[in-house]
Amino acid sequence: MIDAALFSSALGALTPILLAALAGALCQRAGVFNISLEGTMLVGCFAGVAGSWYSGSVWVGVLTALLAGTAYSLILAVGTVTFAGDAIVLGVAVNLLAVGLTSFLIQTVFGTRGSFSDPTLPGLDPVEIPLLRDVPFLGEVLSGHSALVYVSWIAVPVLALVLYRLPVGLRLRGVGERPEAAASLGVAVDRYRYGVILAGGALCGLAGAQLALGNVTMFSENMTAGRGWIAVVAVMLGRALPWGVLAASVLFGLAEAFGFRLQGIGLPQQATDAAPYVVTLLALFVFSARLRSRRATRRTTVT
Amino acid sequence: MNRLGRWRGALTVGVAVAAALVLGAILLAATGANPLEAAGAIVTGAFGPDGIQDTLAYAVPVAGMATALAIPLRAGLVNLGGEGQLVLGAISAVAVGLHVPGPLGLVAALVAGMLAGGLYAAAAALCETRLGVPLLVTTLLLSYPAMSLAAYLVRFPMRDQGSSLPQSAQLPPDVRLPALAGNGLTVGLFLIVAAVAVYAVVDARTPAGFEARVTGWGPRFAQYAGIDRPRTTLRLLACSGGLAGLVGAIVVLGFPYRFIDGALITPQYTWIGLLAALLAAASPLGTLVAALFFAALTSGGFAMERETQVPRELTAVLQAVLIIFLAATTGLLRRRRSAA
Repeated sequence: MIDAALFSSALGALTPILLAALAGALCQRAGVFNISLEGTMLVGCFAGVAGSWYSGSVWVGVLTALLAGTAYSLILAVGTVTFAGDAIVLGVAVNLLAVGLTSFLIQTVFGTRGSFSDPTLPGLDPVEIPLLRDVPFLGEVLSGHSALVYVSWIAVPVLALVLYRLPVGLRLRGVGERPEAAASLGVAVDRYRYGVILAGGALCGLAGAQLALGNVTMFSENMTAGRGWIAVVAVMLGRALPWGVLAASVLFGLAEAFGFRLQGIGLPQQATDAAPYVVTLLALFVFSARLRSRRATRRTTVT
Repeated sequence: MNRLGRWRGALTVGVAVAAALVLGAILLAATGANPLEAAGAIVTGAFGPDGIQDTLAYAVPVAGMATALAIPLRAGLVNLGGEGQLVLGAISAVAVGLHVPGPLGLVAALVAGMLAGGLYAAAAALCETRLGVPLLVTTLLLSYPAMSLAAYLVRFPMRDQGSSLPQSAQLPPDVRLPALAGNGLTVGLFLIVAAVAVYAVVDARTPAGFEARVTGWGPRFAQYAGIDRPRTTLRLLACSGGLAGLVGAIVVLGFPYRFIDGALITPQYTWIGLLAALLAAASPLGTLVAALFFAALTSGGFAMERETQVPRELTAVLQAVLIIFLAATTGLLRRRRSAA
């Protein structure tokens, strides 16, 4: 029931969620509520498959996904930052646009409806890590994933370093917490917000590439299937902290992989589908209760 | 709003619509179709003698969901869980309709749908007022387990025995809403019109509606004025979820008279409804007009696909582009006004 293959499949399942959630956390830190992760990831999926198919190289596909995600997130950036539009309206619209646009393009570009796959479509190959591969249990779990899985692992400490150890991260958090104060100190608030939304778009593009070229090798309509929303939830659960987001994503990945196993002994798939949301809600209850009791004690000690 | 402001608002909408149309024409030309021909097909498809029926059939759930989500939005509360409430209302209506016979069953099914959606949304409200988790989060998080539950029920306990698809058995003939046309349009249309009318009257003429609007203008001011915020939240969410559940019940009590997994999610009723409500700032009439416009665009898109072979998804693209332009331009308007 619990073996190395379980953890290995959990790592594959959590990578798109982790990459998108890191994008969401980055935006949250700069005060941008980004709910367009789902749509941007879907655009990344399509661009990844299209780039890989027409160039014959999976790396061109990954690059196309990254660029497409960045370009697509420009809509949200221009709309919320330059035009001061409502982030929720724009986020929902951007998600709807992604579903419509990719369904439209799959017909005009590939001439099919619903989904596109081909045996010759190049996908991401597993990467074996030389020494680690031979370690009995760990090797089987940690080695043999696509390169983007490792990229996502590196992205977590890099993001933590940038946010909490570099001046640019300090300013970025200032933009999120007190935009007026940051502006009065000469920080270009709008430029920082553009930066995080576009960087988030790039991460979502990579998430899409991993989903469409790593986990499977195909594109199908609406293939993100709520993963972008799970990423939004992971940002909440991980309180927009890079390591917190990683922990939340690992939890969801394990729940997905473990649930897949439990289906073998008769647990319905729908119970597994619902698990991340229920777990998050319960965790938020606990967090907010603890936060309120702490606040209450602080108030009594002050007065 | 003064006259100048209103003119500017109309101009903004005009510019946004024009920009979306130009972009649509470019996309159409890129696929090799004649933009004028396609636009003509959309208009006759949406408002022609046959098209108007399709538009109305699609407008019933969209306008219903738009109004449902507008109710809490009036007080500045965003209900992101419309999908869960809609689906829960639909599956409850079918469960009751399959077991209670006769015309009583029809009424019971509608009430069951309303109750299921309303109670579920009320639970999300209680999570905010009692447990301190933001409503935006609780409604969204509770939505998915509801959809999973319905997907499970329709696959196992409630599955139609003679079918391999995830769908419930068909409702008996006397537990169906009378049809107005052959395309699924039922007397549910009048129920939705009544709901919109009730919302408009309550919003404009009653203390409850006024309290909701005051809360929307400024939650802290509302609290100072003695408005009980937790109670307002609970009441608005219960109404919102109840109407969403009723919409679900209306859909399944019309053709094909059964719950089919995904049939309420794939057409994006909830998200399009939410956008209509957001764009109209939850004003009752504005929400209805926006919902009707989106419904017309969608049914026009089907006609365009039939006549010009342009994929109907193009209208979904146009719809989203239009919303993006509108959201951006209204944001610009707001920024200018606050700067002035």
